[in-house]
Amino acid sequence: MASLSPPVTVTRAAAGIDELRLNVARRRRWDIVFAAVGLLATSVGVITLLALFVDLLLDGYHRLTPEFFLSYPSRRADQAGILSAWVGTCLVMLVTAAVGVPLSVCAGVYLEEYAPRNWVTALIEINVSNLAAVPSIVYGLLALGLFVYALNFGQSILSAGLTLALMIMPIIVVATREAIRAIPHTIREAAYAVGATRWQVTRDHVLPYAIPGIATGVIIGLARAIGETAPLVTIGALTFIAYLPDPPFTSTPPFVSFDWLWSGFTVLPIQMFNWVSRPGTAFHANAAAAGIVIVVLTLVMNGFAIWLRYRLRQRITW
Amino acid sequence: MKPLFTTAGLAAAALLATEVARAAAPEVKIDGSSTVYPVTEAVAEEFQKFKKGAVRVTVGISGTGGGFKKFCRGETDVSNASRPILAQEMEACKQAGIEYIELPVAFDALAVVVNPQNNWAEVMTVEELKKIWEPAAQGKITKWNQVRPEWPDAKLSLYGAGADSGTFDYFTEAIVGKAKSSRGDYTASEDDNILVQGVSGDKFALGFFGFAYVHENPGKVKTVKIVNPKTGKAVEPSMDNVINGSYQPLSRPLFIYVNRKAADRPEVAEFIEYYLVNVSKLAREVGYTPLPDAAYKAAWARFQERKTGTVFGGVPEVGIQIMELLERELRS
Repeated sequence: MASLSPPVTVTRAAAGIDELRLNVARRRRWDIVFAAVGLLATSVGVITLLALFVDLLLDGYHRLTPEFFLSYPSRRADQAGILSAWVGTCLVMLVTAAVGVPLSVCAGVYLEEYAPRNWVTALIEINVSNLAAVPSIVYGLLALGLFVYALNFGQSILSAGLTLALMIMPIIVVATREAIRAIPHTIREAAYAVGATRWQVTRDHVLPYAIPGIATGVIIGLARAIGETAPLVTIGALTFIAYLPDPPFTSTPPFVSFDWLWSGFTVLPIQMFNWVSRPGTAFHANAAAAGIVIVVLTLVMNGFAIWLRYRLRQRITW
Repeated sequence: MKPLFTTAGLAAAALLATEVARAAAPEVKIDGSSTVYPVTEAVAEEFQKFKKGAVRVTVGISGTGGGFKKFCRGETDVSNASRPILAQEMEACKQAGIEYIELPVAFDALAVVVNPQNNWAEVMTVEELKKIWEPAAQGKITKWNQVRPEWPDAKLSLYGAGADSGTFDYFTEAIVGKAKSSRGDYTASEDDNILVQGVSGDKFALGFFGFAYVHENPGKVKTVKIVNPKTGKAVEPSMDNVINGSYQPLSRPLFIYVNRKAADRPEVAEFIEYYLVNVSKLAREVGYTPLPDAAYKAAWARFQERKTGTVFGGVPEVGIQIMELLERELRS
């Protein structure tokens, strides 16, 4: 009996291994299938973007001359440029960043580090997440009533910047909170243990560690704001504007001027939209060129966010 | 926390700057119709060159209705309009104490177009167009032979301006008889280029849009002659036929409205003079039909006398001919 048993076990074991191998091979197949599906899903996004961008490039690259960046809009497509549009976009973004970033970061830090866990906080949290999903035109209507009329800021760069700041606030608040939440609790506890106050912990530990994440949120928010048209049209952005706002620096004291905040403005996407809807292919080439500028601006900003996050993360050691 | 101080500083400085800011270079603010925009843009561009930047002219696009809203709140000096001011807008202006001078500046024509391969629909009447486009046609008139029996038994694909455009208002007013009254089951776009593409790619398509777009897309679409209801003659859409008044009812005058108080500001008065002197040449350049010279002279006289009000009485009107308009201008 004993002499018979080993071969049986061997065969059984051999059969078991074969089955196991088959099983593993089957699972590997699934692995490959999923990898293929995943790759396909990824490439849909990448290829669509590439195709769009190449199409824009083919249509518009010949318009990307220095004059295109230094000319005002014109009825003659070949003389028209985006000077007032890109200056407007930059100034509006400046206001948006100057107002939106500190407000949102403070709100995020407060909600994460200071706010007591009660129903008021819960309500605020739900509100912030919901605000991120509100269509941008609604912000435009709110801003029209509040900034343009109630506060009498008029159809100005200031109103536009504040509107977009409101719009990107939820994005930055959420990013700030995520970044803060990723910081290990031990760091806070260690700081508290040596007697640091809450503000000291926030200033010296939480914020420095959270900055890479916050910066990413800020830049993604600004990149979204750059392409926004609807709320700015609602508050009364112009289409034809052939002068630049007053310069922020003057030759007479006090050397800084904020007159530009009150100036009318147009932005790149509005200029692009106007050209798209004009008859004649020459204007469409201009629209494509303006599109390239917007896409490149957005890509550069996102690239900068990734680089910044990488650089700042390297410095963190805990 | 530098950004915090920046914000506080920015806000404080902004408040201080409020009073100072408004005294900069003189400005002429214009807003309104997207149809009139290319004409006004061309004039504004040339005027700024002529004044070497001493006067700032801005032009926005918020539609004829949106433009009048701003105009009657006193936010703009000049309003672009692709139709005469309506009764409710007159009322709004009146309540805000805003008087206006109405100046016709050019003619715009709508073209009814078909695919270049379409060899049957050469001429159409207003009744046939109405049969196609009226609300009752929705879901019912779907084939060409339902419009005229000898036309092919093929699907009728429709392309037209979207409901937010002045073009849509005007077409429905002229064809169906009531502004904004139209069937809903057609391909609608505010962007006329999309309509051009649609019609050029579909043998059984029928569409309508601004005449300028036909001009810019030679060979892609074919225009249909429209029978003038008054004379019974089939008329081709062309600049000549718009000027001589025979292309009816699908051609219309475009206007600018000038705020009476703003008209006393030298920069506004100068801009209007420049507008009326140069628009004839510039309108042609951007694909519109200029009025006869006499009409611009009459408009200038009207402006100089600061004659306020409208010659249209606030009701939508179709088929205004240039000579008729001129007579009204002179009479009023």
